[in-house]
Amino acid sequence: MNKLWFIAALGAFAAAPAFAANTITIGMTVSKTGPLNVDSVSQLRGAELWRDEVNAKGGIKVGAKRYTVRFVEYDDQSQGGRVQQLYTRLILEDHSQFLLSPYSSGLTATAAVISEQYGKIMMDGGGAEGKIFKLGNKYLFQVLSAADQYLSGPIAELKEHDPHAKVAFVYSDDPFSKAVVTAARKQAEEAGFTVALDESYPPSTTDFTAVINKVISSGADAFLGGGHYPDGATLARQLHDQKADLKWVTILVAPDSEKFKTLGAAADGITVPSQWEPQVKYTPDFGPTVAQFTKMFDAKFKSDPDYHAATGYAEGLLLQHALEEAGSIDRDKVAQKLNAMDVTTFFGRDRFATGAPDHGLQLAHDMVLAQWQRKGGELVKEMVWPDAAATAKVIYPIH
Amino acid sequence: MFGLLASILDGVLIGAVYGLAAMGITLIWGVMDVVNLTHGAMIVAGMFGTYLLASAAGVPVYATLPLILIGGFFAGVVLYWTAVHRVIGQPPLMSLLSTFAVNLVLVGVGTAVWGTDLFNVPASLPGFSLGRYTFPGTHIMAAVLTAAIAAALYLFLYRTRTGKAVRAVSGNREAAELVGIPTARVLALSFGLGTTLACVAGMLIATMFPFTVLSGDAYQLKSFVVTVLGGLGNPTGALVAGIALGLLEGVTTPFVPVSWTLVIEFVLFVVVLIALPGGLMRLWQRR
Repeated sequence: MNKLWFIAALGAFAAAPAFAANTITIGMTVSKTGPLNVDSVSQLRGAELWRDEVNAKGGIKVGAKRYTVRFVEYDDQSQGGRVQQLYTRLILEDHSQFLLSPYSSGLTATAAVISEQYGKIMMDGGGAEGKIFKLGNKYLFQVLSAADQYLSGPIAELKEHDPHAKVAFVYSDDPFSKAVVTAARKQAEEAGFTVALDESYPPSTTDFTAVINKVISSGADAFLGGGHYPDGATLARQLHDQKADLKWVTILVAPDSEKFKTLGAAADGITVPSQWEPQVKYTPDFGPTVAQFTKMFDAKFKSDPDYHAATGYAEGLLLQHALEEAGSIDRDKVAQKLNAMDVTTFFGRDRFATGAPDHGLQLAHDMVLAQWQRKGGELVKEMVWPDAAATAKVIYPIH
Repeated sequence: MFGLLASILDGVLIGAVYGLAAMGITLIWGVMDVVNLTHGAMIVAGMFGTYLLASAAGVPVYATLPLILIGGFFAGVVLYWTAVHRVIGQPPLMSLLSTFAVNLVLVGVGTAVWGTDLFNVPASLPGFSLGRYTFPGTHIMAAVLTAAIAAALYLFLYRTRTGKAVRAVSGNREAAELVGIPTARVLALSFGLGTTLACVAGMLIATMFPFTVLSGDAYQLKSFVVTVLGGLGNPTGALVAGIALGLLEGVTTPFVPVSWTLVIEFVLFVVVLIALPGGLMRLWQRR
């Protein structure tokens, strides 16, 4: 009997390294607690869906071998300090071969310092701020559109309806929102708009009454701004409660969530720039189609995917494609394939900047604009821009 | 200058609710020298209580007030006996740590159950307009209810025997024991009162703004500022200071970039502390 156990143990021992050798470890932190929780968990779900799909098909085919994907993730509590510690741990102790970014520009910037220090490829699915890519990197790849794109759609749409609009920029004092508005300010001025108000608020602001009175005083027709989730929803509600009755309201991030419609009448007409919506019409070169992705996500999580989930899935998908093309898990070969990539997936077109000043910045991905509209008494999120992809006509003015 | 008037008036309305929240802290601090760091969690509890009663159980929003009052009181009494009773009379750090720990537990459980999703209570009342500026009915109702509750608290403290007992324990616990006041029960009652004020403040805030499990922190910080401004242990002072803070926010915002409002608030806070360490109410008492 003893001999049998001994042989079995030997067998397990022999098998284990063989198993480990055919696994790719991907490390990341997720904001399971803290204010970034909602969007971060959404991004994780997208990534997990990709991992489960890939593993169900036997793993990623790299050269002659098949590799199972294994995630190692920790809770960064929405804090930069934790991101720093945990990415170091992911690399040194968990031996992650590749990394996925946390959610939000602030945390991604911190993670990028660590990933570059140790020379690991990191796919950025959560950090839109362009500045992260101006610091010089070799292995960072941004899957989603950069922050300066967020308001170009709303501004273009607004210009069609009111070329001399008076706009109010009211935005959160965080790296992402500031980057969005810095670019939007220039775009608004180029479009011929008057900037009637331009103010940032502390991210912890809970009451926007006085700010909205200021917007009303400025005589603005259009409101562009917000930040992340809680402040965006509060702004929408208070704009409604105070009867600001603006002709156009674009708020960042918050209105993309399904929960936004619980605001009821306050959500009517609000537009949100989005990285992806289930109604987009891309034809993928590889991977699932838009409909297939939406259906898979729905089946697993019982709700429609938002753009964070789509970005999470896309991060994994693009990495997988690079690994398959490279035929090796060697970092530099994979990076070479990522640098050369110009593909379309269900998420849209992706091509990374390869030059020194902004390596890794996303150059080809387009944003869309969604608007909450009332259809038969129900609030529905429709895609209204770009025109070629629109599922409904934009409503203007919304009041 | 309707814009300025609108901001000032609205500042007063919201400030009253800040004051109500602060009254909860100042009562507990004044009576038993405990810094209640579960205050933020109790505000959130009030918010969620209102949401669950109004949205899930279909209770009309303002009818949830008595339920929140009672629920908040019981929660406070339970909290007192579990986390606070043993650390009364010990160095202040102990009660600070104890309530901080409970706060972490409550917020942690809340995050596990509800995530940090945003919740909204669909309350709306007809307000009134001044030119282009509107005062939402919910803000006006919140200020009116705050005034009513503050009046009720005043009557309780100054016109009832139990209220007298609370003031006695707050003045000198040992002496109160000596004259036969059951101090432990009075302390539990006071703590319950403090948390119920926090819960009701949460309920009123929920009628005005959307909230998440983490919303309590910002209001807790404001409550502490208002408490110190109004003088520790002085509920009237807390209400006055709350209104003053709201007024300040309303007055400064039209003139300076919004990001400076907090800076100005805290600079004035420091100035008041240096000039009037006992809080704003010292000015009144000197007359």
